[in-house]
Amino acid sequence: MDAILFYVSAAVAVASAVVVIAQKSPITSAFALIVTLCSLSVIFGLLGSPFIAVLQVIVYAGAIMVLFLFVLMLLNVKREEDAPGRGGRTLRGVALALVTLFVLQAGAVLVGAPAGSAPRFDASTRRMAEILFSPHFLYVFEATSVLILAALVGAVVLAKKEL
Amino acid sequence: MSPSPVVQQLVIAAVKIGVVVGVLLGLFSVMTWIERRALAFMQYRLGPNRTGPLGILQPIADGIKLFFKEEVMPAAANKWAFLAAPVVAVSTALLAVAVLPYGPPFTLPRLDSLPSGLKWLWPEWLRGRTGQIQIAHVDVGLLFIFAIAALGVYGIVLAGWSANNKYALLGGLRSSAQMFSYELALGLSFVGVIMLAGSFQIADIVDAQAGWFWRWNAFVQLPAFLVYFVAATAEVARIPFDLPEGESEIVAGFHTEYSSMRFALLQMAEYINMITVAVLATNLFLGGWHSGIPGLPSQGLPGFVWWGGKVSALLFVFIWLRGTLPRFRYDQLMHIGWKVLIPVAAVWILITATEVAIAGR
Amino acid sequence: MDHPAFVQHAVLLSLVLFGLGTLGVFLRRNVITVLMCVELMLNGVNLAFVAFSRAAGTLDGQVLVFFVMVVAAAEAAVGLAIVIALNRHRDTLDVDAFRLMKG
Repeated sequence: MDAILFYVSAAVAVASAVVVIAQKSPITSAFALIVTLCSLSVIFGLLGSPFIAVLQVIVYAGAIMVLFLFVLMLLNVKREEDAPGRGGRTLRGVALALVTLFVLQAGAVLVGAPAGSAPRFDASTRRMAEILFSPHFLYVFEATSVLILAALVGAVVLAKKEL
Repeated sequence: MSPSPVVQQLVIAAVKIGVVVGVLLGLFSVMTWIERRALAFMQYRLGPNRTGPLGILQPIADGIKLFFKEEVMPAAANKWAFLAAPVVAVSTALLAVAVLPYGPPFTLPRLDSLPSGLKWLWPEWLRGRTGQIQIAHVDVGLLFIFAIAALGVYGIVLAGWSANNKYALLGGLRSSAQMFSYELALGLSFVGVIMLAGSFQIADIVDAQAGWFWRWNAFVQLPAFLVYFVAATAEVARIPFDLPEGESEIVAGFHTEYSSMRFALLQMAEYINMITVAVLATNLFLGGWHSGIPGLPSQGLPGFVWWGGKVSALLFVFIWLRGTLPRFRYDQLMHIGWKVLIPVAAVWILITATEVAIAGR
Repeated sequence: MDHPAFVQHAVLLSLVLFGLGTLGVFLRRNVITVLMCVELMLNGVNLAFVAFSRAAGTLDGQVLVFFVMVVAAAEAAVGLAIVIALNRHRDTLDVDAFRLMKG
C-alpha cells in the first residue's frame, strides 16, 4: 500500500516537474509546481516525517507559491515566445544539465548512498522541537528569524515605486 | 466468521466518511435555509416562506433550479482552470474534515436481542465496539488543518483568474491576500491551546478541557479565542470580511462567471469551510463534547447533544454577524489582519508560554 | 512504512528533480519561471535531506530541511520583489533583456 503511494507520488512529481520546465505559460508552470510540491509532501510523509510533510504544504505550496501566483497575475505575464537564435543555447543547456545529473549520481554511488532505513525512528514534533531549541541549532534558529525580517524589509523596499 | 481486521477498518472508515460527508452536505442545504430565514427576521422581513411550510423546501427548490440552469463559460476563459476551480475548492473543504472529531467516543450497542433473521445486519465484530467519528488519526492533526486551509486559497485564485474578467480577478486576488493574511493569525491562535494540551491531536485538546466550564479554552485563553474567531470569519470570507464576494461592489467577485452547478459547488465549499471552522472552534475552545458541569454525562449520546448544541450556536453567531455588521474595506481588512490580530496573538503566546514554563517548573 | 528501497528511490527522485530544475534554469526565458525552477531544485535537495535523515535514523536532516524552507521563503520573497522592480524598469520579463552587465 505504501509502495503504491510512493511510486504514484514519485511519478506525479516527475510528470509535473516536466510540465514546469516545458510549458510555455508561466501560470501553468506555477500550478504544475504546486502539484509537484504536494506530491513531494506525500513522499515526505511516507519517509517518516509528518512534520516536514505538513510544513511543506503550509510553507511551500501554501505561501511561497501563492506569492508566485500573485506576482504572475499582477504583472499579467503572458506566454513565452520562442526567441530567434536560441537553438544552440538550448542544446548546450540540456547537455550541461545532463552532465550535472551524471556527476551527482556518480557522486552518490561513490559515497555509497544508504540502502535501507534505520529500525527505530521517532520523528515526532516534540523531538524536532527538542533538536531545534537545543544549543546545537538554537542560534541558527534565531538567526533565521532575523533573516526573515531582513527579507521582509528588503522585499517591501525593493518593490516600492519610489523610496 | 468475522472479516479480517483490514476489511473491518476499511468498512468502518467508509461508513465514517459516508456519515461525515452526508451530514455535512445535508447541513449545507439546511444552513442555506436557516441563514435566509434568520437573516430575513433580523432584517424585519420574512424570507423564503412559499416553498413548503415555512419555506423548508427552499434548498430543494434551489437545488433543482441550479441543476437545470444553463452552464455558461466565457469564451476567453482558460477552460481547464475554469473547470478545475470549483473542484479544488470543494476538495480542500472536504479534506479538512478528515482529521476533526465529530463528537465524543461512543460504544456501539450490543443489540443481542435482535431476532435471528436480522442478526446478519449487526455483525459480531461491530457489537460493543468503541469508536469515534474521526476519519483519520494523524499525529499532527491541527497542522494538517492549517495546511488544508493554506491550499484552500487556490480554489479561489483559480476561480478568479480563469474567468478572464477583471472583477473576478480582482476578487480572486483580494480573497487570496485576505485568506493567507488571516491564516497567520489563525495559526498563532492555536499555539496557546496546543501548549496547554501538550499535543497536536484535537481529541487530546478536547479532553484537556474536561471538567467545569470555566476550564474551557474560550475562558482560559480568551484573547486567543477572540483572535481565532475573527481570523476564522475572515478565513471563510463571511461578512464582515466578505469583500472577495463583495456582492454590491465588484459584481460577485471571484465567482462572477460561474453559473449553475459550478456556482453551487463554490457555495458548498464556502459553507463547508464555515462548518469546519465552527467545529474546530467547538473542539479547540468550547470544550468539544464535554458538558461544562462534571456531574452531567459527556460520553456517548449526551456528548453528541452538547457538541451539536455548541456547533449550532457558533453557526448561529456567524449568521447573526452577517445580519448585523457592514463590510470592511480592503485596507481596513488588511490592517486588522496584520497590525491587530498578529501582535495580539503573538503577545498572548508569550504570556501563555511563560505561564506554562512557570507551572511546569 | 519500511519498504527497503524507499530511501534509495527517494534519493534517485531527488536527483531527477534537481536535474530537471537545472534544465529549467537554463532553458526558460521568463525570470519568474527561472525562479520557480530554482524552487524545484531546492525541493530536490529537501527530498535528499529527508531521505538521508530516514536512513541515518536521526532528525538532523529534517531540521536542515526546516531551515532550507525558511531560506527558500525569504529568497522567493526578495527575488519576486526584484522581479517586480525589474519589470517596472524594463517592462519585460525576458532573461535576455537584462544584459547591461554582460561582457
